Amino acid sequence: MTKALSNLRICDFTGQLAGAGATRHLAAFGAEVIRIEDPVNEGRWDILRGNAPFVDERRGIDLGGAFNNHNVEKKAITLNLRTDTGKQLLTELIGKSDVVSENFSAGVMDRLGFGYEDLARIKEDIIYVSNSGFGASGPYKPFKTWGPIVQAVSGLTFSSGLPDQPSAGWGYSYMDHTGGYYMCIAILAAIIHRRKTGNGQWVDLACTEAAATLTGPAILDWSANGRPMRRDGQPHSNRNNWPRMAPHGIYRTDATDTWFALACRDDEEWMKLRAVIDEPALYDVKFDQLEGRILHQDDLDSYIEAWTQQRQQQDLYQLLLAQGIPCSPVRTPEQRVDQDPNTEAWGLWPSVEHSLMGKVRVDGLPVHLSETDWHLENGAGCLGEHNEEVFGEILGYSSQQISSFKAEGVI
Amino acid sequence: MNLLDSAGPLSGLKVIEFTDEIAPWAGKLLAEMGADVVRIEPIEGSKTRWYEPFLDDTPDPEQSLFFWHYNVRKRSVALDIETKTGRDLFIRLVADADILIEDQAPGKMAELGIAYDTLSQENDSLVHAAITPFGQSGPRATEPATDLTLLAGSGPAWSCGYDDHELPPIRGGGGQGYHTASHWAVISILTAIIAKEQIGRGQFIDINASAASNVSTEAASYTWLVAQETVQRQTGRHAGVRPSSPTQVQAADGRWINSGVPARQGKDFQKTYDWLVDEGLVEQFPEAPLLQLGGEREGFLNLGAISSGEDEEGAAIFAAGRAAMVLLIKSLPAYEYFTKAQERGFQCGIIYSPEEVVQDPHFAARGFPLDIEHPELGRSFTYPGVPYKFLGSPCEIKTRPPFLGEHTRDIMVSLEYSEDEIQMCIDNKYVHSP
Repeated sequence: MTKALSNLRICDFTGQLAGAGATRHLAAFGAEVIRIEDPVNEGRWDILRGNAPFVDERRGIDLGGAFNNHNVEKKAITLNLRTDTGKQLLTELIGKSDVVSENFSAGVMDRLGFGYEDLARIKEDIIYVSNSGFGASGPYKPFKTWGPIVQAVSGLTFSSGLPDQPSAGWGYSYMDHTGGYYMCIAILAAIIHRRKTGNGQWVDLACTEAAATLTGPAILDWSANGRPMRRDGQPHSNRNNWPRMAPHGIYRTDATDTWFALACRDDEEWMKLRAVIDEPALYDVKFDQLEGRILHQDDLDSYIEAWTQQRQQQDLYQLLLAQGIPCSPVRTPEQRVDQDPNTEAWGLWPSVEHSLMGKVRVDGLPVHLSETDWHLENGAGCLGEHNEEVFGEILGYSSQQISSFKAEGVI
Repeated sequence: MNLLDSAGPLSGLKVIEFTDEIAPWAGKLLAEMGADVVRIEPIEGSKTRWYEPFLDDTPDPEQSLFFWHYNVRKRSVALDIETKTGRDLFIRLVADADILIEDQAPGKMAELGIAYDTLSQENDSLVHAAITPFGQSGPRATEPATDLTLLAGSGPAWSCGYDDHELPPIRGGGGQGYHTASHWAVISILTAIIAKEQIGRGQFIDINASAASNVSTEAASYTWLVAQETVQRQTGRHAGVRPSSPTQVQAADGRWINSGVPARQGKDFQKTYDWLVDEGLVEQFPEAPLLQLGGEREGFLNLGAISSGEDEEGAAIFAAGRAAMVLLIKSLPAYEYFTKAQERGFQCGIIYSPEEVVQDPHFAARGFPLDIEHPELGRSFTYPGVPYKFLGSPCEIKTRPPFLGEHTRDIMVSLEYSEDEIQMCIDNKYVHSP
């Protein structure tokens, strides 16, 4: 199958998930992503590089499972940018690249001597995409973030939780994934713009702003109605305000820490659920219509949970699906990775071949393109694994010259 | 509306959006980057025009703030897709477009006679993006779903909630399951636009919302894939295989701080000590000498040696660093703590509610909050802005969301329907124009 992005070369300084996640997708669609790491600290700027999870008892800078997941299909080279030769080699590589991508704190590339002005001098139509927590301007420009901090400052953490409890927030870096998606979108949009106009540009992406776009109706409710989300009884994010639905929640089942979600989108689905539960109290007229169910939602939920907690998760699922009511087990990783026929049919967890780890399963892509689909086969590069290939085949240096770069501590 | 008010990177791309509720966000993301997005609505309007909240709490299809947010800078054509005239108009619109985004149930487009096979005969460069809860085919393709059930079944809810597992797992708010599907729609659409140069034609894209959340759960998935271990939810921080220390602390004014990663480097302990001195808190903190001791350490503490008991002094230093941060947070109002800590190089965050973000001076300085005028109401409203600054092709959004069918007539004129034909379509309710 033709690779959608095989004409693109990315000179990639990204790391962690917020950056590496972005160029991962480009690599899956065939872009040549060349990931540049510092040989002196063995690429440890990316804290995932040598960290858990591990496939076996071996440990080491090339054996991190998360790093492998986020850097499949990329090439790994090392460059010591403290040396003049290192800077020269980078300059040559930028001259042969379409995009330079990074997610350092704002200002780091300038200090390295490779800010946008410098890049554009090397290659006039270069596309430079920076992804930082607060962006490249404004009073918080130097502030540092990672996913949970972005989620805290953007309103996302606050939007997740129960009344009279602190925020539950997000139990993972939702905004590292999503910041990576926005970064990927920015790169692709800038490429489309360059094809149309011939012009490159700098795209300054602020991850906290990306996150703050994801709570829009709450911002408008404040702006238009003067109603803040910080008020009594809010948030209650297992319920649904926009649009209003009831019942709508996550309920306990008969087993420890085993939960079940259900939602009734309209009165008709409610009637069906009520018939299945067959609890006389739920036939009270106050529950007949949405307004009443919203008003008496605590009451409603306690009847529903009294019913769900006497039943097995899978039985509830089959029972309500048969009625066409939206519902789902709260699936554990094992349930959704190894026991969901749909993710298997999709090919969602492909295996890649890593030089040291062997075959490892990774996240696939949730899209299929009919003519130029994605392809994941190779694991992340070991430190400097593609030095020969990149400095030899792309920049034209001989093996002897490459050996001397190594000896001089440049690569 | 003046589409020339933006020269965003996607200006020139024509998008037809035939969405219900999963994918309007995908159209919005393309619109804010300059694409011309025409939303096709039923005669009576998108059902999302009836989603709360409403302006002045008055239910009205032109006053849904939910609809507003997802439809800024789009145009609206209202047509009855079940009629031949409506369907012909739809096909003519798509024939002239680069991209079609739809989130109809699997099989629905074929039932309506507007499947990809039909549409691509008129326009083989069409990129047709179909977003569904579980994909076009597969064993669960027809299962009903909402944002809640998607996030419950696809991973996010398992990882979110509280240390107390008597409390349920939590579905994060704001429709994030639909957002994640829409983000993947945009990534794959733009990829297919670029691929046209290679293959000389458009293609069909199958976007699976459940799969999108499944691959957006960070460690929960890869810890299982790599090591067959299961993460457990914890209050306000990463779910983990093993428990970690709390990170949310209530500040002096009652608001909350995410205290980030605790100090581990020698110099950070000295900086913490200095900060206690500056706030006049050092007298209240008997462990202060431990911070000074930590300040004399080179590089990072070895957390492995601390947890194994080999470095008891290190363990005491590490604990003192955490305790000092908690004391500082409890002693200062949240905003003051956040800015002072960051200025001293400590990564942390204030936990803002959504409306507080657009009132913060940093985001205001960057021009992130957008005031969009609604001339018919004589008011303007604050919307979240565009998160990326395309410095060579800025995205400018000034245009309010469309009224139902506001652009039906203009667009039919541009497709060379005659005045008589247009009036006939309106009279017969094949289309709607206000």
